[in-house]
Parts: sequence; C-alpha cells; structure tokens
Amino acid sequence: MTINPDLQGRSYPAAEVYDVGREKIREFARAVKATHPAHFDVDAARALGHGDLVAPPTFAIIVAQRADAQLIEDPEAGIDFSRVVHADQRFTHHRPIFAGDRLVAELHVDGVRAMGGGAMITTRSEIFALGADDSREPVTTTSSSILVRGEGQ
Amino acid sequence: MSLSIHELSAGQEIGSRTIEVTRTDLVKYAGASGDFNPIHWNEAFATSVELPGVIAHGMFTMGSAVQLVTDWAGDPAAVVDFQTRFTKPVLVTDTTGTPDAGATIEVSGIIGKLDAEANTARVDLTVTAAGQKVLMKAQAVVKLA
Repeated sequence: MTINPDLQGRSYPAAEVYDVGREKIREFARAVKATHPAHFDVDAARALGHGDLVAPPTFAIIVAQRADAQLIEDPEAGIDFSRVVHADQRFTHHRPIFAGDRLVAELHVDGVRAMGGGAMITTRSEIFALGADDSREPVTTTSSSILVRGEGQ
Repeated sequence: MSLSIHELSAGQEIGSRTIEVTRTDLVKYAGASGDFNPIHWNEAFATSVELPGVIAHGMFTMGSAVQLVTDWAGDPAAVVDFQTRFTKPVLVTDTTGTPDAGATIEVSGIIGKLDAEANTARVDLTVTAAGQKVLMKAQAVVKLA
C-alpha cells in the first residue's frame, strides 16, 4: 500500500459539531490522571475567573483525531491505520476550552514525505468555537505528524 | 496560586511526578479520547503488527505528563502551548487482577526559558519509562500572572 502524494495541501472542511460537556471534561481529566479542581468543580473554575469547567491542555485531541479520521478513512489516502505511529503533537491554545463550547475543526494536510516504505504525514486542525450566530472564534490549533510504517518497519 | 516572572529563573525545577499505568488505565483513556486502536489494549493485535506488546497511547503519556505543569501553574487555562515528539513507546504489561503497575512513567520539569515580553515561562519536561526517554522536546508554555 502506498500513500497518495497528492494529499499534501488537501483540506477537509469542518464537519460535525463537537459539544463539550462537563461530564466529558471530568472523564477525560480522570483518564489523564488530572486532579486540578477546575476540571471537576464549576465553583472552583469560577473562582479562577472562568465561566465553566476548564478542559485539560490535551483535551482538543478528541476533536483533532475526529478530524484526522476523515483523512485516515479516506480511501484515496491509502493509509493503513494499524500501521500508524504517532510521531509528534502540538497544541496552541488561543483561548482555553470550556464546558458548553460548540467546537468545529478544519483539517489541513501540511506535509507528506516518503520514509522508507512508509510515509510521514503532517496535519493541522484549526479548531473554532461557534457563537450564537454561527460566528467562529479561534480556540486551538493542533498539529501532529503520523508515521505510516511500511512493511518490515 | 499565581506565578510572577520576577520570582522565576531559567533552570529552576518545578517538581516531579510518578505515574503508574495499568491496562485498565489504557482502556479508560481509549474510552475518554475515542482512540480505540487495538495496539493499546490487545496483546495479540499489538504483536501482530510487530510491536513488543501493548503500548500506551502517546497522548496518554503526553496528557498525564502535563499535569505537573498544570498543578504548578495553579490554573489549567494557563498552559497556552504544549508540544512533544514521541520517541519510544511505553510498554504496559498485563497486571490485571494484581495491585501492580504495568508501567511507571517518571516526569520532571525545569524552566527552560522565560519570555518577559509575552510574560510566559517555557517548562521543559523530562519523561521516562523503564529508564528510557519516551518524550522528546516536551515543552509547555505557561502564561504568567
């Protein structure tokens, strides 16, 4: 299986809306062994000046990986998910993610590079919060590289 | 707690943390994150794709390591940027039914750089498991008070 080099520069528009719920923030925080009260207790979050529970710094991976799935599951991409290794990851927060946010992600394929029998693919998700009038406020930019291992790698 | 740039200096240690990981933790992380790749919970599948065994999600390691920074900063919203490279997998052995950890991750952090203009501190994390660095260039930028 080979990776389609024409993927570079491709983008996938924002699809479904991700509704950030309090229980999801609590569940994700427990899953990464976070204990800060601002993830669990609305009053503690408000005491820090926030409107609602604050998501952990890597929470946006849920939204980013849903966006990535559009690429990984695209039959034209030629990616074997069982051979995917996560190589690097970055989150740049323009503002924190809070419970109650309605998020959408635009996916951009920034790089495709052949490596051995496989390929390194770099993607970027621009995550926005939707306002009441469907306006978009930039929330987080995530970028990640995945290595799709070739046979024997 | 709020941190002031005047009280900080590059090279200063922010502390350390030990994270014990079990297969159950990986199942919980899979459910919480939506990443159900079977290399993180199924031994036979993991070895069939030439891995040494079940490995932790890189994002589990990254997400749990940053808690040291969050707790130091006093507000999770203060972490404005966080990046890493994943260099070695964290192999998690099956200790189901025992009180033992399947892997132990050690995290420590120092202040790598202060930026007076942006009023931020970059924390550089050292993250190891089984004596090997599992994250490289693990850097979190914290907005100061």
